[in-house]
Amino acid sequence: MSISEWFKREDRSSIKSKDKRAVPEGIWSQCASCKSTIFQNELFATDFVCPNCSHHYQLSALQRIDLLIDKDTFNETAKDVSSKDPLKFEATKKYKESIDKAKRSTGLKEAIITGKGSLYGRPVAIGIMDFRFIGGSMGSVVGEKIVRLINMAIDESLPVVIVTASGGARMQEGIFSLMQMAKTTAAIDRLQKENLPYVCILTNPTTGGVMASFATLADIIIAEPKALIGFTGPKVIEQTIKQKVPKEFQSSEKMLEHGQIDMVVERKNLKSTIGQVLDFLSPAEVVYEKIRS
Amino acid sequence: MKKYVAEFERPIIELETQLEELKKTPSAHKADIAREITYLEKQIAKLKVKTYTNLTPWQKVQLARHPERPHFSDYLKGIFSEFTEIHGDRLHGDDKAIISGFAFLGSYKVIVVGTEKGKTTKEKVAHNFGMPHPEGYRKAARLFELAGRFNLPVINFIDTPGAYPGIEAEERGQAGAISNNLKILSDLDVPILSTVIGEGGSGGALALGVADRIFMMENAYYSVIAPEGCATILWGDAKKAEKAAAELSLTADKLVKLKLIDGIISEPLGGAQHNKEEVFADLKSTLLKTLDDLTKINVDELKKRRYQRLMAAGVFSEKDNLDVTRGIKILRGDADENRSAN
Repeated sequence: MSISEWFKREDRSSIKSKDKRAVPEGIWSQCASCKSTIFQNELFATDFVCPNCSHHYQLSALQRIDLLIDKDTFNETAKDVSSKDPLKFEATKKYKESIDKAKRSTGLKEAIITGKGSLYGRPVAIGIMDFRFIGGSMGSVVGEKIVRLINMAIDESLPVVIVTASGGARMQEGIFSLMQMAKTTAAIDRLQKENLPYVCILTNPTTGGVMASFATLADIIIAEPKALIGFTGPKVIEQTIKQKVPKEFQSSEKMLEHGQIDMVVERKNLKSTIGQVLDFLSPAEVVYEKIRS
Repeated sequence: MKKYVAEFERPIIELETQLEELKKTPSAHKADIAREITYLEKQIAKLKVKTYTNLTPWQKVQLARHPERPHFSDYLKGIFSEFTEIHGDRLHGDDKAIISGFAFLGSYKVIVVGTEKGKTTKEKVAHNFGMPHPEGYRKAARLFELAGRFNLPVINFIDTPGAYPGIEAEERGQAGAISNNLKILSDLDVPILSTVIGEGGSGGALALGVADRIFMMENAYYSVIAPEGCATILWGDAKKAEKAAAELSLTADKLVKLKLIDGIISEPLGGAQHNKEEVFADLKSTLLKTLDDLTKINVDELKKRRYQRLMAAGVFSEKDNLDVTRGIKILRGDADENRSAN
């Protein structure tokens, strides 16, 4: 080695600098939206809304139950209905493997949990989607569970609440997934002919086949702030029209502006708002009783 | 005009060009050439049978999109009489991607609705390449409701790559327009017949596809997503569309086996464009026969069967084969602990 080499400056680009923003998991985290550092326990207290910029993080289905349903009142229904592989679909992974992986990583059985629970003491039929399970996609199981949820609501005269988080139809079940749009819609139609209220909560993101079926048919459509909401995702739109789309144009707020949804409600007010809507849409005598008592 | 040729059809076209040239050569060596011509003709016929009787799903998708293939407007002229077009959704506009109106099918008065792609460049632009905006679906909804009230069977034709994915379409509620059609059709008081004549692209196709009987042309496709889109999502490469087409089970023969459609209208070798009259006659007789059957069924029974058919769509198991559920109680316990920590 020559002396000159001793003094040669190291090529800095080859040194992997530790990302200064990275923080140990579990204590601190960085807000995905405003990049501020948040104490994780603070997130638990705010139901995963950034205390700084009020960015609404995605919630798991179980966290949602915790948020919306009275403690220890949730009873899951149709919990063993699970996916088959009708088309023997094989992408980079076999469909079966994708499902098993999703089950292991989420601890869920499918992209939706359905059941009966109380919302401020009022019994409701509730379905909650979980985006972590293959993008919250709707295949045969999601469709079937929604239909059973609605049938239960009709049998027991319950209002229906569905929380969506979905990229759309599940490709791996091909045409069967497409048919779930028609299947869930037909069930909703029966529910509505029974005059039972149906409230849908759109959370980030809700697009595609879920949006173009049961989600947009709700009596009252509520969205969480700044959720991505639409039929076609922004990437596909950009590919089709060959130009950049404005970043926020498919947000909850824009959809409200265009008259596509009824309200944008912050997470902390979600449960009470649903309660108010259900109260208002309940048969008149129930409300009367309440006033009298 | 230069003839459109799909990649897999090229060997046939090459032989046909050779044949044409041979026929043009001066007649000095007549005997030799005649032998050559017969040989080539036989070869072409053989190659056609070989190519067109074993079409892969991707090849069928290409035929479904073939520009010379009969479009909805051709079926409208070929099958129906006295068509009167009905325009507009009464809300925003008249979407030419969907054509709808009154017509006679044989002696039946019917409402006919279909997506139209257009043929010339000018037409294609006017019809937006068969991709409807919300107002198109809302125009269809208007017609469906009219059909229900005046007891007119609905005959739908599907040939669309999908609902239009654009900013205005989103702003005017593309998703809601589609879901509303699904809802109306699922409980409509008259028989509904739907035929996929070319492309059956996703929710935009299903919006005309909830029916008592669903037919497909032999080389049509019906899919939850276009093969290119599927390939982009799964492999990050639209060029793998061929593989995606095979995985998606989107061809008529597959869908009959899966019991999701009721019948296939066969096409001449090489596709419907090679003998349109025959295709129109076949489809017309199928539609008429089906209407004869369905109009005999009482409305409540008809709707009950349609509902049962919708409910039967889907494949699942009642038993979970891999139970990894950590349990709702446990997770909730975690959340509570975390909360109380604050």
